[in-house]
Amino acid sequence: MLHDLASSLILLSNYVFLPALTYGSQLALGAVGVTLIFGILRFANFAHGELMAFGTMISIFLTWLFQSWGFRPGPLPTALLTLPFAILATAALALLTERSVFRFYRQRKSKPIILVIASVGVMFILNGLIRLFVGTNEILFADGTKFLIKAGAFKKWTGLGEGLAIRQTQVLTIVIAILAVALLFWFLQKTRTGKAMRAFSDNEDLALLSGINPDSIIRVTWVIAAALATLAGVLYGLDKSFRPLVYFNLLLPVFASAIVGGVGQPVGAIVGGYIVAFSEVMATYAYRKFLKYFLPEEWMPSGLVQLLSTEYKFAVSFIILVVVLLVRPTGIFKGKTL
Amino acid sequence: MTPLPLIGEALFGGYGGADILNGCTVGAEPGSISVIVGPNGAGKSTAMKALLGLLRPRKGRVLLGGEDISHLTPQQRVSKGVAFVPQTQNVFPSLTVEENLEIGAYLREDGFQETMEQIFSLFPILREKRWQPAGELSGGQRQQVAVGRAMMTRPQVLLLDEPTAGVSPVVMDELFDRILEVKRTGVAVLMVEQNARQALAIADRGYVLVNGENRFTDTGAALLADAEVRRTFLGG
Repeated sequence: MLHDLASSLILLSNYVFLPALTYGSQLALGAVGVTLIFGILRFANFAHGELMAFGTMISIFLTWLFQSWGFRPGPLPTALLTLPFAILATAALALLTERSVFRFYRQRKSKPIILVIASVGVMFILNGLIRLFVGTNEILFADGTKFLIKAGAFKKWTGLGEGLAIRQTQVLTIVIAILAVALLFWFLQKTRTGKAMRAFSDNEDLALLSGINPDSIIRVTWVIAAALATLAGVLYGLDKSFRPLVYFNLLLPVFASAIVGGVGQPVGAIVGGYIVAFSEVMATYAYRKFLKYFLPEEWMPSGLVQLLSTEYKFAVSFIILVVVLLVRPTGIFKGKTL
Repeated sequence: MTPLPLIGEALFGGYGGADILNGCTVGAEPGSISVIVGPNGAGKSTAMKALLGLLRPRKGRVLLGGEDISHLTPQQRVSKGVAFVPQTQNVFPSLTVEENLEIGAYLREDGFQETMEQIFSLFPILREKRWQPAGELSGGQRQQVAVGRAMMTRPQVLLLDEPTAGVSPVVMDELFDRILEVKRTGVAVLMVEQNARQALAIADRGYVLVNGENRFTDTGAALLADAEVRRTFLGG
């Protein structure tokens, strides 16, 4: 009995808990960027998914370059070394879009919806450019050790029916997400610029009266959002794979995460990321194998006991979005409404 | 550094349509309280906005210590020593009281700990609540945060737009006490007030505006004693 319980929990950990925690961390990093941009610039940036894709593309190119030089950081993925460069490139791109598109509309004091539509335009342009450079095919670029704990070895060692499997990319994602979020919160809470950012998000007119320079605050915000987007994109790509279309589609769960948590609230975006990820993974997991540990043979259902087939996973984000917007449009942490 | 007087001379102007200000003159003297009162639509807040530069008058000029600052933006006037407390949305609600004060000192490059101590002794409740988000405070406490934030620049002139709007009479009295203490630090205080009687009682100088013009200008006590002012503006 205890044996079965342990095995079933390991099964859930392998297929639900760890994947959802990893995916949730990736969504959280993306959603925090969306939420920061909204808090400071007051529009929903639809091009955020493309920032993630762009950062990942740069990381892939650099990974190939480093690999061709025979440059490998031991058991870690090469992409890890490329992160600083990818972040710089993505930040430069974000500042370029700010300079060439968003600043124009802001100076004309355009309504937020105009900026949203402009960001849709930026999204399509970047989307096309990225496909032009890197193609539309799936790219696997995770090298280094694949598993930190292997299912077979774990089974042999414990004698359980299921083996715990922990992939390196899962651990990397979670560790890097924790570090990035801790650094972000330290920055927002403790530094002069971080406090000015929060003040600007709280009350723009009063911030201007207090002498806060909006242009420098906006630039810092773009750089932070671009850095987080690059981390999110590269970690997602290492964990699964890179494909421009998949990153384009990631925009939906990322937005859902930001809205569930409360737009403009970084803590909310993180909580939202995990809510969306766990809902998606739990709704699309087939529980048949899990139930085998508890139900007698004759009670076993014939189907897979799967709420939704994985092709429909985006429906989960949509449902969450619709429910939140109907029931509590400000999200869990009382953010703004889009 | 001796505080400087601020004066808006013969101001004409409005928000694009008809003029709201029709030649009024208002000002603030160091170490004294000036109050602008008058009926609704008299241009009280508009006159204050013109002093800060949120509104560019069509005619007339704004002088700070004799220097013409009419061409400066609100931000530039703030860095010259003009502090402004808006009527509403005058704090950063998600920032703590202390962070609100820190943002008030954003432009200052020297240490501001000393000023913060002064503000804490002027408004003792703020020291008590320093770690609490300003949005969680009561209306009267929030007004004190707002005044404290403005004082962090060590201003020459403090402009207050209806500081007692929406607070209870008890809190209003307390706020006026605090404003008297601010005056004792040597700052020139100018405020727009709906509670005309109470405001004139603490005012060294009062401006009664009607249709954007000065109808009466005198000391607060003289205005309170004036039969016509009492009859027409103070309700008997």
